[in-house]
Amino acid sequence: MTNHWVDIRNANMILSMGGNSAEAHPVGFRWVTEAIEHNKAKLICIDPRYTRTCAVADYKAFIRTGTDITFLGGLIHYLITTDQIQREYVLHYTDASLLVREDYGFEDGIFTGYNPDNHSYDDKSSWMYELGDDGYALRDMSLQHPRCVYQLMREHYSRYDIDTVSSICGMPREHIEHIWSEIGKMAVPHQTMTILYALGWTQHSIGSQIIRTAAMVQLLLGNMGMPGGGINALRGHSNIQGLTDLGLLSQLLPGYMSLANAKEQDYSAYIQKRAKQPILEGEVSYWKNYEKFHVSLMKSWFGDAATEDNNWCFDWLPKLSKPLYDVLDTFERMHKGELTGYFCQGFNPLASFPNRQKVTEGLSRLKYLVVMDPLNTETSEFWKNYGEYNDVDSSQIQTEVIRLPTTCFAEDDGSITNSARWLQWHWAAAQGPGEARPDTRIMGELFIRIRDLYREEGGVFPDPILNLDWDYDIPEAPSSEELAQEYNGRALVDLTDDNGNVTRRAGELLSSFSEMTADGRTASGCWIFSGAWTQDGNQMARRDNSDPYGTGNTLGWAWAWPANRRVLYNRASADTQGRPWGKEKAFVWWSSEQGRWVGADIPDFPVTSDPALGQGPFIMQPEGVGHFFAGQSMVDGPFPEHYEPFESPIDNNPLHPNNPLAKNNPAGRIYDEDRKALGTREEFPHAATTYRLTEHFHFWTKHARLNAVVQPEQFVEISHQLAEEVGVVAGDWVRVSSNRGFIKAVAVVTKRMQPLRIGDRDVHHVGIPIHWGFTGVAKKGYLINALTPVVGDANTQTPEYKSFIVKVEKA
Amino acid sequence: MTVNVTRRQFFKLGAAGVASSSMAMMGFAPESAEASVRHFKLTHAKETRNNCTYCSVGCGVLIYSHGDGSKNVRQEVFHIEGDPDHPVSRGSLCPKGSGLLDFVRSEGRLEYPQVRAPGSSEWKRVSWDEALDKIARYIKDDRDANFVERDDNGGTVNHWTTTGFLAASGSSNEAGYITHKVVRNLGMVAFDNQARV
Repeated sequence: MTNHWVDIRNANMILSMGGNSAEAHPVGFRWVTEAIEHNKAKLICIDPRYTRTCAVADYKAFIRTGTDITFLGGLIHYLITTDQIQREYVLHYTDASLLVREDYGFEDGIFTGYNPDNHSYDDKSSWMYELGDDGYALRDMSLQHPRCVYQLMREHYSRYDIDTVSSICGMPREHIEHIWSEIGKMAVPHQTMTILYALGWTQHSIGSQIIRTAAMVQLLLGNMGMPGGGINALRGHSNIQGLTDLGLLSQLLPGYMSLANAKEQDYSAYIQKRAKQPILEGEVSYWKNYEKFHVSLMKSWFGDAATEDNNWCFDWLPKLSKPLYDVLDTFERMHKGELTGYFCQGFNPLASFPNRQKVTEGLSRLKYLVVMDPLNTETSEFWKNYGEYNDVDSSQIQTEVIRLPTTCFAEDDGSITNSARWLQWHWAAAQGPGEARPDTRIMGELFIRIRDLYREEGGVFPDPILNLDWDYDIPEAPSSEELAQEYNGRALVDLTDDNGNVTRRAGELLSSFSEMTADGRTASGCWIFSGAWTQDGNQMARRDNSDPYGTGNTLGWAWAWPANRRVLYNRASADTQGRPWGKEKAFVWWSSEQGRWVGADIPDFPVTSDPALGQGPFIMQPEGVGHFFAGQSMVDGPFPEHYEPFESPIDNNPLHPNNPLAKNNPAGRIYDEDRKALGTREEFPHAATTYRLTEHFHFWTKHARLNAVVQPEQFVEISHQLAEEVGVVAGDWVRVSSNRGFIKAVAVVTKRMQPLRIGDRDVHHVGIPIHWGFTGVAKKGYLINALTPVVGDANTQTPEYKSFIVKVEKA
Repeated sequence: MTVNVTRRQFFKLGAAGVASSSMAMMGFAPESAEASVRHFKLTHAKETRNNCTYCSVGCGVLIYSHGDGSKNVRQEVFHIEGDPDHPVSRGSLCPKGSGLLDFVRSEGRLEYPQVRAPGSSEWKRVSWDEALDKIARYIKDDRDANFVERDDNGGTVNHWTTTGFLAASGSSNEAGYITHKVVRNLGMVAFDNQARV
């Protein structure tokens, strides 16, 4: 979330799309209700189904799954052509005025630089601003230059007229017109719309670009950095935000730093590429400090072994020989028998990864599998026969499986980071059952054993193992307190200011990442978490819920990264002279008396930067402004474009009917074998989408009796029309199949599902809740990922769980 | 002397006036009413602040457990409710969070390390030492056999691709941090968490 849960109450309008927060985040949704009740806010809900969020919305519309870019691109077209934009904001806080290189182009669905053989944009050089002799981007503040971002954007979305949108999305014109005109009202400076989304946007082959389109809408309306505005990802797991922040992804390091690729052999070039310098004069471009954060990480991991002479152990970190070793790549290689071992720490891939059959075959080709979990997961028993629910022959599976019991949240100390970036500390209430152990201890015990083996036997490249800094009181069981202080960071020697005064004693905890240095004097395991545990103690454990400005901003409750800021880009909540855009939206503003930024939040900005200097509010960007034009940061184009899901219920991309290369995301993630496993709409005519229910959490709560009682049995939702077509009534069993597998479930026949008119025919949707499996106390059910295709978003590799095709028939 | 009076009748008596309530004081208390003057069950419980483990709202919860916290005394969680001070949840829990106790005490909780041998159709209980020694040996053998120090172009890569690791976004930041520190410095790159899906 750029903003936070309570801040939703400050919105004047709420767009819920790609998520169903009333069902999946019910307690967070109370702040939507609060905005409706006490701020006269309007709620708009757009979804393939009539959801619980739709049920309380002022305006609602059905949309065909996977067509959200079309709807939002049409909205961009509408806002521009009707001139309903926050003009001052767009002019000064976005890249609208910057000129793009002359060789950039877009033709029939394909951007410049595409290599069809590799299914990728191999040459993105044209996706860039035109730079002047001084190295800064050229701009035209009149927004009239044909190659300024504003004009290119206007032209790009001119194709997204209302009839096109209606035909692709399956949404009647009058619904679209009404919703667009309501949203257009939010272009005034003193009103804001917030956007709430979840996996209904991410789990598409175009997922990242859907979210970008939404961000573009918010920039046009001047809603980023505003209270009651922003783009708010309602994340799934309790600490999925924290694990992302800590960089537990194949190509990342903590704090959104990244591993070098194999071509990056030179340390200074590695740093230089990431330490982005301003491309507009005088901008902050905060990533220019990258080396301070990187060296602090290396000191945290390798202590005295990391020195300037060895480039702070740059070569000890693994380098990537290909861009990604993500789960799609890993299970592809596992399926080919190229993996020896695999670890699942609190993760149930048999249930969570696409094409369950492929996952089973992959796991069966491992030499060993280690599962660490509080629960008896399906993955840990993938080798065990559960009849039709898991039809395997144990004797043919040669994988050794080692299962380790772990404690759960109620049995360990530590922090979790919620969707609003709040790190909240919790305490253990009891020991775990039996011999269960915390994950921290298991990792400690394992590391000590591995290090001992390398000490005793030697082995390949032992340096990073033998030198890993491991100064914990009990080496086998590092405490959460020690680990939290380690990621916060500390001074390794006395730190001094320019006059030689000591500002921080050696050994003291840092108060912020601003204290970090690139010369090895500081250590920190995750720079963005710096400030979480300072000399003043554990900031994550704070419990002051006071709200002195009445904005819902409780700066004394827990601690938020970065630097306890609760609304990102909050400098943009004030105009170019530093005054709030509206009285009721006053949040962070310039005080000329104090010569600093003040207000209800910690300014996300250099605190003494006078507005007269004109520094832009988006301090992480080299231009200081928000991006309509993504430059080279996305792999599939600088402007979002609609592409059909890889399994689509229609024959072509209506925007590019004669270009098969542009039917699906040209840079989407798919392997040849998985492409062969895609179905055709003739055989599988129904559009399918997966989702969660309010009574359940993924595949965990089928182990909890109360949840199993209230929602005991697997079902799918279909419309009355589809039920009639396939000859079933409510309560009948149906078989739902894709080209990869099948499930059986009870049919819930409901008006909440409606066929949508796409082009010249009706498309039926099937709603598939995800929660059942073959372990737990609920009735046994089928893992629904038997159905889903192995297709990933081009940028994040997130599988396309929200749009695929199936066939529904009477079981 | 005991008079058999049901709990409901007893309260009716109580409502009737001082006379009947003084009867109770004189020893006419029903068996079930004795329960009603028992201390509130949370009074002697340990209260622990925590957060819901499910979605990312991060609702505050209060966990109540028995046991005095001394060594070798097992705490037992018996009640979980919303934390009224929490600025987001203000004491509420959703249908998921309301069932947290049944997750903590689920019969599906694992209690002991176990191994399933190749080709077997059942688990065998093992000790922690046996399980961890076995895993450490697997890691070292595979790492030593398949670690790549230099790629075909002679560039340093120092990575290990034949073992992969999925980390848990239901675990704490501290568990995530130590996991990253260990896994990455073994050279592992096939490393992801739920954020990928």
